[in-house]
Amino acid sequence: MSFLRRRKGTGSSKSPNFVGSKIEDGDGKKKLFESPGKKWSCWDSCCWFIGFICSMWWLLLLLYNTMPASIPQYVTEAITGPLTDSPGVKLRKEGLTVNHPVVFVPGIVTGGLELWEGHQCADGLFRKRLWGGTFGELYKRPLCWAQHMSLDNESGLDPPGIRVRPVSGLVAADYFAAGYFVWAVLIANLAQIGYEEKTMYMAAYDWRLSFQNTEVRDQTLSRMKSNIELLVATNGGKKVVVIPHSMGVLYFLHFMKWVEAPAPMGGGGGSDWCAKHIKAVMNIGGPFLGVPKSVSGLFSVEARDIAVARAFAPGFLDKDVFGLQTFQHLMRMTRTWDSTMSMIPKGGDTIWGGLDWSPEGQSFNCGAKRLRNNSINNIVQNANLNLADNVKSVNYGRIISFGKDVAEAHSSKIKRVDFQGAVNSVKLPNLTTSCDIWIEYHEIGNHRIKAVADYKVYTAGSILDLLHFVAPKLMARGGAHFSHGIADNLDDPKYQHYKYWSNPLETKLPNAPDMEIYSMYGVGIPTERAYVYKLNSGTDCSIPFQIDTSAEGGSEDSCLKGGVFSADGDETVPVLSAGFMCAKGWRGKTRFNPSGIRTYIREYSHAPPANLLEGRGTQSGAHVDIMGNFALIEDVIRVAAGATGKELGGDHVYSDIFKWAARINLQL
Amino acid sequence: MVSFLRLRKPNYVEPAIKYSSVGFESFDDQSPTSTAPRLENLGLETSNKKKNQTKRRQAKEHNGRCLDSCCWITGYLCTTWWLLLFLYHCLPFTVVHEVPELMPGARLKREGLTALHPVVLVPGIVTGGLELWEGKPCADGLFRKRLWGGGFTQIIKRPLCWVEHLSLHNETGLDPPGIRVRPVPGLFGADYSAPGYFVWDELIKNLAKIGYEGKNLHMAAYDWRLSFQNTEIRDHSLSRLKSKIELMYRANGYKKVVVVPHSMGVTYFLHFLKWVEMPPPMGGGGGPDWCAKHVKAIMNVSPAFLGVPKAVSNILSVEGKDDAYIRAMPPGVLDSGILGLQALEHIMRVSRTWDSLVSLVPKGGETIWGNMDWSPEEEHVCDFSKKRYSRLSRSDNNVNNSDVKIGFRMKDPINYGRIISFGKAASILHSSQLPTVDSKEFLPTNVSQDFNFSCGEAWTEYDEMSRESIRKTAADKAYTAKTLFDLLHFVAPKMMKRAEAHFSHGIADNLDDPKYNHYKYWSNPLETKLPDAPDMEIYCSYGVGIPTERSYVYKLSPSSSKHIPYQIDSSIDGEDGSCLKGGVYFADGDESVPVLSAGFMCAKGWRGSTRFNPSGIATYTREYRNKPPASLLERGGIKNGAHVDNVRNVALIEDILRIAAGATGEDIGGDKIYSDILRMSERVSLQL
Repeated sequence: MSFLRRRKGTGSSKSPNFVGSKIEDGDGKKKLFESPGKKWSCWDSCCWFIGFICSMWWLLLLLYNTMPASIPQYVTEAITGPLTDSPGVKLRKEGLTVNHPVVFVPGIVTGGLELWEGHQCADGLFRKRLWGGTFGELYKRPLCWAQHMSLDNESGLDPPGIRVRPVSGLVAADYFAAGYFVWAVLIANLAQIGYEEKTMYMAAYDWRLSFQNTEVRDQTLSRMKSNIELLVATNGGKKVVVIPHSMGVLYFLHFMKWVEAPAPMGGGGGSDWCAKHIKAVMNIGGPFLGVPKSVSGLFSVEARDIAVARAFAPGFLDKDVFGLQTFQHLMRMTRTWDSTMSMIPKGGDTIWGGLDWSPEGQSFNCGAKRLRNNSINNIVQNANLNLADNVKSVNYGRIISFGKDVAEAHSSKIKRVDFQGAVNSVKLPNLTTSCDIWIEYHEIGNHRIKAVADYKVYTAGSILDLLHFVAPKLMARGGAHFSHGIADNLDDPKYQHYKYWSNPLETKLPNAPDMEIYSMYGVGIPTERAYVYKLNSGTDCSIPFQIDTSAEGGSEDSCLKGGVFSADGDETVPVLSAGFMCAKGWRGKTRFNPSGIRTYIREYSHAPPANLLEGRGTQSGAHVDIMGNFALIEDVIRVAAGATGKELGGDHVYSDIFKWAARINLQL
Repeated sequence: MVSFLRLRKPNYVEPAIKYSSVGFESFDDQSPTSTAPRLENLGLETSNKKKNQTKRRQAKEHNGRCLDSCCWITGYLCTTWWLLLFLYHCLPFTVVHEVPELMPGARLKREGLTALHPVVLVPGIVTGGLELWEGKPCADGLFRKRLWGGGFTQIIKRPLCWVEHLSLHNETGLDPPGIRVRPVPGLFGADYSAPGYFVWDELIKNLAKIGYEGKNLHMAAYDWRLSFQNTEIRDHSLSRLKSKIELMYRANGYKKVVVVPHSMGVTYFLHFLKWVEMPPPMGGGGGPDWCAKHVKAIMNVSPAFLGVPKAVSNILSVEGKDDAYIRAMPPGVLDSGILGLQALEHIMRVSRTWDSLVSLVPKGGETIWGNMDWSPEEEHVCDFSKKRYSRLSRSDNNVNNSDVKIGFRMKDPINYGRIISFGKAASILHSSQLPTVDSKEFLPTNVSQDFNFSCGEAWTEYDEMSRESIRKTAADKAYTAKTLFDLLHFVAPKMMKRAEAHFSHGIADNLDDPKYNHYKYWSNPLETKLPDAPDMEIYCSYGVGIPTERSYVYKLSPSSSKHIPYQIDSSIDGEDGSCLKGGVYFADGDESVPVLSAGFMCAKGWRGSTRFNPSGIATYTREYRNKPPASLLERGGIKNGAHVDNVRNVALIEDILRIAAGATGEDIGGDKIYSDILRMSERVSLQL
């Protein structure tokens, strides 16, 4: 790979010169032949150099291609010791074979999108991937790309003249970009025990749309229903095992309600559809209760690793493809995506904590977690430090606070000014005129921005008000499709509306006592949980808020780093969000789970790859990389081959999720 | 892209040599041009020698200089290559691609057509992609990579491994143990069967223009190597198709689907129509009104309803005049020596495990295809004008009929009915002068044990036959569509035995006979009734005006070392303007399917209410005249009637779009006929 880079470097740096004096070059050639004694010109040296490198490159490529396929493996084994069997091979040896059909539900941003109809600037891209793959078009025509990836700002559906549709089939999300696997490893391992296209189904959907809109526009939910019915029918009545990942978890929750709801709004499958067709739902990295990252994503398109979208994708969006206004373009694009709103923290202060209280606040130990990542040797040395840290608890409940001191001070000492009052205050007309790119901030005006900052601290409950304030259009659209509260009375007929279906705190699970629900997620990676913000003093056109990256915790082991408070999680989803429903909300017979569906928590402790040869690791707990975690794959395969949660060993927990869950005071 | 590459080749030859190692085609014939400068350099080096001081140093420098020059040249070429590549990418889109205005989709959209009926595409043989799901160690790292379709790079890298994985089990016709090769699902399955070889691409593009997308456009991918019923048994392909059609019907406001099957997909869909209404254990259990409820029209493109003679020559000797049959493969790959000297044997071995080939053997026997002295096309005039001939002349060197007299008539009618004849005499003489074919002769004689056991690993069934019996089959005999089966049974006993359980090639006397409920009859239009769906429409759309293989003159291979004892006698040519060229009699058609096979059912067999079409489904024959490509930039051309390229024909695409947008057969103008199909079908005396 390094070779390639080198060659490209020389190629691009030399060739422009070359172009300039092509005629001269011909002369040089002649000269070379006429007076061989003369020294070569610069030209000839360049040519020589490029030629040399090219030849070497081809030679190596040839060698590489003729090399037997077993050599890389051999080399790896020589360095790291014998490879363990992949889970698929191992389990096949145990005698496991295809049993239950498997349905994958990909998450946000991991599914491919392709163009079916576009504007002039996208000529020739018909049925080419705009999202996923190489992202080649992003570099070639960035503005065109952003235009086509955006949805209509009013309806949340296609803008006129543009049709971008999800790629269907397993190819939709097996690899996100070349070499960056998402589902591919799991698919390969399932194939080893005999799975193939007829027993696997990738429920690809347009992840930019709100869930109900995927049905309205593409009939995606109907397709999923029909495909699951087909899988069950053609595989001898065996129920399916559903494996949603990330946002797919919420999407599938929505589906389960949709399919049993009566026809005009729902799928009309009858009240026993889930019981008849689903064996288990194995949620991987599920943001059941939302992720704080989505707040910072919506609020200012940044987070420690910047924006919801980028949280999942490799760092390509960081580059200056859009020129200086990257953030604004991105923000404008992502704000048209309704689906991002499904991941705003749900459950308000009850779940995420109030001003002075949070479920993780008192017991979570940032230092110890760091230790787990590295080695356990110096645990004793750090024990004292940790104790000291523990005394000062972190106010995770304050998801956004303006200024570090505000984040740490006790609530009684904070002076807050209500920002709602600033509504409709003076709007400076010259603000909007100078900016090319439209973002809603320019319509708000300085007063209100100031007011927002003056409120100082926002908890999960007040975050919604804040977002309504700064992004009214987005939230107006989103409000029709998603809800983020907690239901008092689940039998209230209003909860039949689809906007509640993806919120586990406002829906009942289906009546399917034989079904099993797994929550599988990685732990041991610091995950964004709360932010310290500041006002951006820059020009009018920039985004007025930004994370105060100068805010650092006192010691090495502090949870505050670069303006972000971290908690335990899988780098994107905090444990609280991924685990709470299975640990408490649905455990046993609760009002959210009236039929007593069994729930299991399977945590996977993160261990970074030991060396480069391992790639993204086989024990990773990170949000996407966990899809290559051997332990997780083994669990999935066992369940698909017929095992129950009990046979897997029930709960498998590293974090304090049960302690935290106990601290949450939710009526069950 | 591909067309551009092709254009660039001539003025940019040298870099391609170097790039050949990275995957471009190699240009052996061009290599002298590149070695020339190198030689020149060498010459110069020698002249330099005088100036050098010591001999040793001289030698050293000489080597160095040579290397330097080589590097210099490569560098020069590389840079130019990159430069051109860069320029190519900077070119405005419209320069290198066809102008979108030409697309019928854009035009029809302006007329106000929008997507109405969901469309289902059914690909034909060899045009669908196949990918590996489980394989032998030699195929490591190919998991979910395409073995068929795509780049075909694996044929070149590991030919024998490739052959092994594409073969099916010789007994069951299903997967061999330890190997699972599966069709690529979805639209990707068949739109690009190989780079630069667009099959469905153009149609899909135009459908999208009037509003089609994933939710109302479906490609029914299936494993085209299997017999039709086996695709259901192994992959549930038929069930999937049924569920998909039902879903699209519901999800698009209860609009019936328009089905567009191509080539073998036509018989596959016929099979589906019967399957879906049959009761469950063998069928899909959709009930007797399923088709009436769900299908609006079937637009058969280049249908091979009654089989193709080409399939016979394929089974016999894996050859055809222009190899169009397996042309979906990259040109020339199979002919070149990649598979070693036994290329044909290997291909024969692979293709004989594919049951689906048998479905293409001519159906209807002598009634349809003609007997020893009669054939429905016998008055056919081979006056393919020069223009219409241009496709063939490009592939065939010995075409010397540049000034064919238009209207030239053969004195003797051609005995098209004799699909295989051994020796030219057997193809011309009157039947009374020929030995009769007696099927008893083909009873397997004792296999001579000492024969052909030294031959390589490429096993073909011919190795098990004695030379003597082979000769007996050949001796000056001619085979018609009926006696042909005796020959096929003789040369490929295992394949025919397997296939016989899945396909039938006769004509039904009494369609109500309960035996016709068996699935092996479902894909034969002469042995099934169409469903009871009076509102449905059936179209036969095919190209005409291209000489199409109709019957063959064979000979025995000269040397006994050859594994395939038969071969087409390519030395036999008729006089100028004759239909006989290189051992093959041509008739009108689309290069693969003769008009008779493509058009007969719509022109006569199903026209009106017949016993094959009891509910009187309306049929339309739509012929498309072949016109050679207008410019080199468009492969296949927009008015091409050739078998595979037909899917790209503008007129055809327009018809499909109109039907999909709600038009009926009457609206688009009913029948459109250029060939003699009506007269030919009249001559076929089939009880209706």
